[in-house]
Amino acid sequence: MKHRTFFWFILPTFLAMFFFITLPIISVTIQSLHTPHENVLVTVENCDPFGCKKATSINHEATQNLKKNNPLGKYVGLDIYFDRGHLAIEQVKNLWSKTNNFFEFLKLTADLPFYKALFFTLTFTFTVTPIMLVLGLLIALGVNSFNKKLKGLIIFFSLLPMIVTPLIGSIILFWMIDSRGIVGNFLQILFEDPGLSLKASTFLTWIMLIVYGVWHAIPFSFIVFYAGLQTLPKDQIESAQIDGANTFQQTIHIIIPHIMPLITFVTLMQLMDNFRVFEPIVGFNAEAHATSLSWIIFNDLGGETRQLSAAATSSILTIFGIIILLLPVLIKTWKEFEFKK
Amino acid sequence: MIFNLNKDINNKTFISIIIYFLIFIWVFVAAFPFIWTFWGSFKVELDFFSISNWTNAITGKNTEQTYGSPFTFVGYHGAWVQEEFWKAFINTSLVCFFVVITSLTIGTLGAYALSRSNYKYTFWLLIMALIFRAMPPITLVAGYLPPFFEWNLWGTLPTTIIVLVSINQPFTLWMLHSFFQNIPKELDESAKVDGCSQYQAFGHVIVPVMWPGIITTGLFSFLLAYNDFAVTSMLLSDENRTMVPKIAAFLGTTYTEGNVMFAVAAVVSATVPLFILIMFFQTKLVSGLTQGAVKG
Repeated sequence: MKHRTFFWFILPTFLAMFFFITLPIISVTIQSLHTPHENVLVTVENCDPFGCKKATSINHEATQNLKKNNPLGKYVGLDIYFDRGHLAIEQVKNLWSKTNNFFEFLKLTADLPFYKALFFTLTFTFTVTPIMLVLGLLIALGVNSFNKKLKGLIIFFSLLPMIVTPLIGSIILFWMIDSRGIVGNFLQILFEDPGLSLKASTFLTWIMLIVYGVWHAIPFSFIVFYAGLQTLPKDQIESAQIDGANTFQQTIHIIIPHIMPLITFVTLMQLMDNFRVFEPIVGFNAEAHATSLSWIIFNDLGGETRQLSAAATSSILTIFGIIILLLPVLIKTWKEFEFKK
Repeated sequence: MIFNLNKDINNKTFISIIIYFLIFIWVFVAAFPFIWTFWGSFKVELDFFSISNWTNAITGKNTEQTYGSPFTFVGYHGAWVQEEFWKAFINTSLVCFFVVITSLTIGTLGAYALSRSNYKYTFWLLIMALIFRAMPPITLVAGYLPPFFEWNLWGTLPTTIIVLVSINQPFTLWMLHSFFQNIPKELDESAKVDGCSQYQAFGHVIVPVMWPGIITTGLFSFLLAYNDFAVTSMLLSDENRTMVPKIAAFLGTTYTEGNVMFAVAAVVSATVPLFILIMFFQTKLVSGLTQGAVKG
């Protein structure tokens, strides 16, 4: 295709992405380096026969001027990145010198808001992803042996947890695990503990969120693997059977290598999606026990005081996180492209 | 030999029993929450959240005592009429319609160009799109707010539609790109030999062949717009709220006012369109999910 034709075809989508993704990233970067201006204070000394008093007041005119001349705010460099709400360099240094062992250090660091969110996000990402891969594969292997009508029905119900709005899905589960809901009730009977509440403990909240994450993600791996199984090399499986390989050996030596590209694909997509975990925390009302990177951005942006600088800083850190997470894949894609040339 | 064979068969049945059991559990776990909540949405709160006896949620004992029938539409009436959920429904319909139309129009043009060009910039554009796709959309919101407030664009539906279209472009491009890759380039070439320009070849030859791919991508654009919570709740004013942020707002107010059933009814109402979507487009959704995996 000629450069000229290419240009006109790509222009609308390019403009959309330029104005609403690239420019916002630049804007977010700039905002993360500035804080809003503080009010300009003036101290006036009023003297009367009884003595002199100092009074401090806001100089509105000067404040307005400052804001007008410098709409971005005060340049503070990387200060916001290092403050207590983000990387908390000072607090971490302190903890490092105070604590005796690494485990204790981690435990105390996890109380700092940013690290708390980071630890949960990483735990969520790296527990949900492998579990959904394994369960999805097992279900796909099983469904593959069913007859056609039953398959359609199973796929229909399987799609529900993934297609339904994440916030709505988590609210529905939240109502069920409520101590007055059916699952909550059932667990109380099972453990013979009428006071049992999944919402009360941090550990159980994390488990609950991870279970939701797996529930939401299984359909994706199941459907993709199921599609992959339709193209299995039949002759290879037959000859393996003749050679006496059992089901397990066949799975390990033929099926898994055959769908390896699909496993990579699902893993990549899941790492991206789980890293942005957010809705379940709102849906499960879990912010007291678990926060994620997306959640702290949302929290800073909302409410009466929109703390844009803080949110911008968290955003940039989150983008860094996702780039680090995807770096191996990006390098691999680049190498393949170079190789193709 | 015979002994071995028997052992193998036993092993096999054992494994299949486990696998069938697993699938049964999965289908139950996938479907039950929705069936349960749907059933419960026609009950009063004392039944839906039953402290005394969980079977009340099925039989609707308290509902019958209050309204004389085990089914009541009080929750739905409260949500749709009293809390004006219909407004949110209309807003969601508008947002989804325009997001899908715009995404597909500009996405199809862009993806076609990307799939038919072999220059290096194609690769870089696709990689940029992949990185944009990987970024959580909420990270961009801090960049939207100051200019939107400055120019009085905040809170309106058109602004949100344009933002949703743009942040969904990377995904749309990748998906359509992989569909276009499956259409042989010879098709364009032969059209051009017959005297078509590149634009005519695209409009008259490629698009008609692409319809299945376009519809599939449209479904996913719809889902992205319909399911979004983070961006819509940040960019829409209270009266322009779509269904999902409205439900989130419900949770706060209705818990305190004791109208939890309004929220339950709203949640079920918002799930029904998705249910219908899966019923009619199951095969399309499955093909869309696997599309990215096959190529790209």
